[in-house]
Amino acid sequence: MSSKQEIIHPRSPRNKLGYTSRDYEGAMSTLCAGCGHDSITAGIVQAFFELDIAPHEVLKVSGIGCSSKTPTYFLSQSHGFNSVHGRMATIATGASAANGKLACIGVSGDGDSLSIGLGHLSHAIRRNVNMLYIIENNGVYGLTKGQFSASADRGTNSKKGATNEMEPIDPVNLALNLGASFVARSFSGDKSQLIPLLKAGLKHKGFVMLDVYSPCVTFNDHEGSTKSYKYTREHCLQVVHTDFVPPTEEITAQYPEGATTEIALHDGAKIRLHKMAKDYNPSSRAEAMAYIREHQDQGEIVTGLLYCDPDSVDMHQREQTIEEPLNRYPYDKLCPGSTVLDEIQGFFT
Amino acid sequence: MNRVNDLVIKIATVNGTGSASANGLLMKSLFRMGIPVSGKNLFPSNIQGLPTWYEIRVNADGHTGRCPDIDIMVAMNKKTYTQDLEDVRAGGYVLYDSSWPLPKELLREDVTFISVPLARMCVENFEHSRERILMKNIAYVGALAALLNIELDVIENQFQEKFSSKPKLLDSNHQAIMLGYEYVKEQTDCPLPLHLERMEANDDYIMIDGNTAAGLGCLYAGATVGAWYPITPSTSLFDAFTRFCHKYRKDPETRKNRFCIIQSEDEIAAIGIVLGASWNGARAFTSTSGPGISLMNECIGLGYYAEIPAVIFDIQRVGPSTGMPTRTQQGDILSCAHASHGDTEHIVLFPANPEECFHLSVEAFDLAERFQTPVFVLSDLDIGMNDWRTKKIEWDDSYTPDRGKVLGKDELEKMETFHRYLDLDGDGIAARTLPGETAKGSYFLRGSGHNKHGIYTENPDEYQEVVDRLKRKMVGAREKLPAPIIHTRPGASAAIISLGSCDPAIREALAELENAGILLDYLRVRAFPFAQSVGDFIESYDSIYVVEQNRDGQLRSLLINQFETPPQKLVPLLVYGGMPLSAKDVLAGIEAQPLKDQEKPTKARV
Repeated sequence: MSSKQEIIHPRSPRNKLGYTSRDYEGAMSTLCAGCGHDSITAGIVQAFFELDIAPHEVLKVSGIGCSSKTPTYFLSQSHGFNSVHGRMATIATGASAANGKLACIGVSGDGDSLSIGLGHLSHAIRRNVNMLYIIENNGVYGLTKGQFSASADRGTNSKKGATNEMEPIDPVNLALNLGASFVARSFSGDKSQLIPLLKAGLKHKGFVMLDVYSPCVTFNDHEGSTKSYKYTREHCLQVVHTDFVPPTEEITAQYPEGATTEIALHDGAKIRLHKMAKDYNPSSRAEAMAYIREHQDQGEIVTGLLYCDPDSVDMHQREQTIEEPLNRYPYDKLCPGSTVLDEIQGFFT
Repeated sequence: MNRVNDLVIKIATVNGTGSASANGLLMKSLFRMGIPVSGKNLFPSNIQGLPTWYEIRVNADGHTGRCPDIDIMVAMNKKTYTQDLEDVRAGGYVLYDSSWPLPKELLREDVTFISVPLARMCVENFEHSRERILMKNIAYVGALAALLNIELDVIENQFQEKFSSKPKLLDSNHQAIMLGYEYVKEQTDCPLPLHLERMEANDDYIMIDGNTAAGLGCLYAGATVGAWYPITPSTSLFDAFTRFCHKYRKDPETRKNRFCIIQSEDEIAAIGIVLGASWNGARAFTSTSGPGISLMNECIGLGYYAEIPAVIFDIQRVGPSTGMPTRTQQGDILSCAHASHGDTEHIVLFPANPEECFHLSVEAFDLAERFQTPVFVLSDLDIGMNDWRTKKIEWDDSYTPDRGKVLGKDELEKMETFHRYLDLDGDGIAARTLPGETAKGSYFLRGSGHNKHGIYTENPDEYQEVVDRLKRKMVGAREKLPAPIIHTRPGASAAIISLGSCDPAIREALAELENAGILLDYLRVRAFPFAQSVGDFIESYDSIYVVEQNRDGQLRSLLINQFETPPQKLVPLLVYGGMPLSAKDVLAGIEAQPLKDQEKPTKARV
């Protein structure tokens, strides 16, 4: 494994916990040079650093595929779980059940999430597992050399010239439809949009669907592809710009009055939404769905924080589990003991 | 000639008509009369309308395996009259509902017919149609009480316990019992020569099904996360666990749950949730049947290779494919022992009765954490869903869970570096850490190739080093698993090896053989991979019957594979049609395959 050199400048900025951003980095990426995924990795490093989350209090999980390799490339001081193809959501669900106090980030791809793992993704949304679920969406299977994935748009061409004739499965539409409480889309090439979304997503209580267009430079960055850097840049329509405002900080960004709304998060932080499109309403699921669909039909990729319900009931709230993590709950409070066992057995005599 | 406390009753009814509570009433009455008793529910894959049977075996000597010689048939289902009347042994009895005439061609000379107009009596005495149907069943219990000498007090006490707050139900149940009871008393010489008398044999026993006992075991083991997908015949395990949790696992003040039970979207998700929860330090388990094991295979390999504890219950049913979902089999032995692709070997525990379901459940969690690997508890429909008379479960309050090698903060601080897969103790077991503790204990768990430091590898030597250690770990586990139960007697010339729910039938067959002057020793394996004592036992005989409920001799294959036993030495005795094993099956199998020199004692060991 290639590892990075351990040189930290004494004047490197430190966050409130005393960590430098190097503490949030991981191993060297083995993805292709220019891969969109590496930009997202860099964004994740920055988001965690700026959120002052201790690296060891993070669970990072993934399935199989190029995107699923990336948890190795960030937060090397976290516990990571690179599982099997398509099953990341189930691992995250179990891990969250055992201890919901840890931050949980899942990284997946369009193959991992929208084909083999579609069922698990859907049910993780239904359960409202408290996690940030990132789909690094490039429309192709990279490791197996460029087959279309289920997110490939109808009419898009593969590198070898074949045309995809099937409708795509759009994770944003899916998540909105299934009741996800936080749905966003971004682009790996737009750091200023991505990082606030990552931060807001990590602080949201409940399931966060963050679909990030992340071009595959090797198999899907050509003319005729709808997931290339060029096409994505030209067709992105940011409808809402997000600022993440930590609990103690002042709001500094200035936007024209009337177009800005705030969402208070459970820990005192705020998400500040600035509407770029006047007619977009991120607090209405139905309106958001209609808007996104309409613009999709016009060939536009609607991005930003598309829907947010800060008061959603997550899995632990719904299941009414105790406040303390189950994984460290004392055994003597779990086992009813011999007297109760005799009592129970009384019913079986 | 009187025959006391030794009989088989078979009750033929229609699914969904409420016969289950009548049969439960009957079972509990016999149990409370202190007589050894068992009940086998032979039910269809159906909610309402198809035929269903319940067999009750009463045996003063404690032989409560299935017995196909039916002494008394309670024929309540016209659609199955033909078969049911044929099934009664010569000299037996048929109790039938004479509200309608019995077709003449079905009458037999060699059985006694007892007619009771159950439906008519219930129509005359009860107002509502549903009540008339339900009470018909209670009325046949009343009829049997008169015929067999079942104590009415024992029946009435159960009504008091169940319906004390519902006087109307109390009345109608009492009335229904008396309808059947008095009618039969009037018409027939009661009791029959074949009848029951109070004993004191059940003081240290309970009557319970294996799934309830296993669910209870999970409660006592301290399991906090459970994930499952509904499938017959394992569903009742999670039903029981859920019930017990709601009763005994709530915070007394906040009423919040000290557990998280997730009904998942499929069995793949169930095992994924278990692995995620176990990785994050909770005691987690799932329960399923054969089809679920098939779906879980990839993740089971992940658990084995990445070394994540997990407890998996497989309540076996008849396969392959959907097979016969409401019939029993031991067909998943191989598919569990080596589940998943690549080289794998898993710890598999084989409970033989509900009491063992409880204890092996607890042990499964300890083993899974000690050896950091998935552990199977291989039960079956017969144990899991039928009513067994089983030894009262004893609990030692000094028990603490064995969490295995888990490094805490302090231990980590003393170490220079932590590597997840480094075998520091030479026993093949590397220490693990739990997420959220310290940065020093963090590691990246992966199902892809990794070296002993937990780093991704495609290097042949590094890969082999890890999988060879896994092998060492499993070899080391052999002697730490539940030991086989061995019965030897001086003069035995050959032996039986078996497992799980075959046990009561084998014990009964051995007793019968002994009466005929043939002595066989008996070893019941309780875990795979096998302890050396199993190999030593095999060495001691020229020939051994391997009794199991599958077509291909799966236990036999594992024995031959581990001990390199000459195959001809292990004689397969296989019964796999889906009915619980009976002593008759075992005796027939032995008769069909007599061993050479069976009379000559050839046992090498005393």
